[in-house]
Amino acid sequence: MAATETAAPPRAARPARPVRGAWNPNRRPKSKTLTLVMTLGLVYSLLPLFWLLVNSSKTQANLFTTNGLWFGGHFALLDNIQQTLTYNGDEFLRWFGNTMLYVVVGAGGATFLATLGGYGLAKFDFPGKRGVFALVLGAVAVPSTALAVPTFLMFSKIGLVNNPWGIIIPSLVNPFGLYLMWIFSRDAIPNELLEAARVDGAREWRIFFSITLRLLRPGMITVLLFAVVATWNNYFLPLIMLNDPKWYPLTVGLNQWNAQSQTAGSTPIFNLVLTGSLLMIVPIMIVFLVMQRYWQSGLAAGSVKQ
Amino acid sequence: MTVLSADSPPRSRKSELRPRRRRKWTGWGFVSPFLLVFLFAMVAPVGYAIYLSLFQDKLIGGNRFAGLANYTQALTDSQFWTGFGRVSLFLVVQVPVMLILALAVALAIDSARLHWAPLYRISIFLPYAVPAVVGALMWGFIYGNQFGLVAEIGGWFHTTLPNPLDNTLMLPAIGNIVTWEYIGYNMLIFYSALRVIPGELYEAAELDNASQWRIIWHIKLPALRPAIMVATVFSIIGSFQLFTEPSVLYFLNKDVIGSAYTPNWYAYSLSFNGQEYNYSATIAILMGLLTVIVAYVVQRIGQRKGA
Repeated sequence: MAATETAAPPRAARPARPVRGAWNPNRRPKSKTLTLVMTLGLVYSLLPLFWLLVNSSKTQANLFTTNGLWFGGHFALLDNIQQTLTYNGDEFLRWFGNTMLYVVVGAGGATFLATLGGYGLAKFDFPGKRGVFALVLGAVAVPSTALAVPTFLMFSKIGLVNNPWGIIIPSLVNPFGLYLMWIFSRDAIPNELLEAARVDGAREWRIFFSITLRLLRPGMITVLLFAVVATWNNYFLPLIMLNDPKWYPLTVGLNQWNAQSQTAGSTPIFNLVLTGSLLMIVPIMIVFLVMQRYWQSGLAAGSVKQ
Repeated sequence: MTVLSADSPPRSRKSELRPRRRRKWTGWGFVSPFLLVFLFAMVAPVGYAIYLSLFQDKLIGGNRFAGLANYTQALTDSQFWTGFGRVSLFLVVQVPVMLILALAVALAIDSARLHWAPLYRISIFLPYAVPAVVGALMWGFIYGNQFGLVAEIGGWFHTTLPNPLDNTLMLPAIGNIVTWEYIGYNMLIFYSALRVIPGELYEAAELDNASQWRIIWHIKLPALRPAIMVATVFSIIGSFQLFTEPSVLYFLNKDVIGSAYTPNWYAYSLSFNGQEYNYSATIAILMGLLTVIVAYVVQRIGQRKGA
């Protein structure tokens, strides 16, 4: 895959070049059996998404009466979208805006902090560096769900709950991102270049903004991608942190709609839950497909022991 | 955690760098913004939760230091241990199934014997893009009795399929959602590792006329070792921290999920429905501790076998 190689900084994944020289696997005959078996996997992966698309195009009444795996009755996708966007005083749009705020500030900030830190750890010696390094590596394995309750307890003590900062501040910390940026910085920034710039009298911050950021761009995109997905999908923390629907991100809002639909006595809005889910996954899927190659370089750098 | 550690920690780079004295503290300038937020949003909450877990809020006497009383209570709390047993069972069954499937898919895509391999790679990775909440909502509807697909498929064959959301099938049903979400992610971890196997190894194998199975066994699997370790450790953590799926499915069958289906859900319920903050903090800390211990032990075993 040529694309992978351009995505990752040259030696990010491993010193060995991921090129299979003379040995050309494409000469081997394709297997029909293998393709058939893999098609089962493909169907398993895509069927629920297809189901969602089909059922987002139905009116609530038709959901219950038509074949779940095919379009049926009135094609109501556009109606559903319109209803989803305007239901209960445009709250879906409000939640979308909140999610965007958490993604842009949270994931953007996390990427910036991780880049600064990764570069600092890779290219400078300073007192206490090994301690910092150990701390960050240890934190990579701490899952955000394990931190949700403790973070909530502390933030409620200091009055940071029920406002956007309660979501944004924890999203700014991304130890895995810092670890990736450490690898990328180590491999993609030649020390000679930094030395040359210093000899020319450039200040460290100028070097960072004019040289480092440019060289680290592919790595930063990878880290940003991971951070965007993490914040876009963030659920436990906002669920516990926010009780005012005004600040909900889409994840919590949609589940709230579902809860309303499943509760006896309140208005069921299944069609809106389905359409809202569809609207929520479309943007992130586009990001996924466009940014594919960056995933691979990130996962390779993160999982392959150097 | 040394899963992600590299053999070349910062020190080994010292000789190349030779920083001048005036730059001695410059590194701190770059690292400190991250570190400040890290201390505030990660270290401090854990510290505060540990602190809270040492207190009890009593109707008489108010909030007072209780030593390890909360922990001794948790150790005999059957709700906690039932939840812990459930996620352990989940781990023992779901994680191997998912990882073996992911491995098989990665090997198939890497084998060059598959038609349209990129199509399969992208499609199977795609569910990972779906937020866990949406994945759980979607599958919940598919399982559900309102306009669920499962019941409908049963109808096509004029039978009634068992309800996936009842007491016995809830855990496998959640396992299926998690497997669906993460096969592609793990597959890509394995696939990325397969892509960096040097071509010479394959050339040598081809000269020896090695069969595909032998190549998989002697070249690919050993090369995948570190990637498998990383995926396993992350899957263990994911299982022990299970929360989103049960919390979404809760609305579909409140009796089965209850308030302590998984330890995380229990900690949440204690905080939210019970306002038992001290005990909730205890459960969160205890579960975090158990997760680290199990992940560490599994990783040690994996390393020893690899040596």
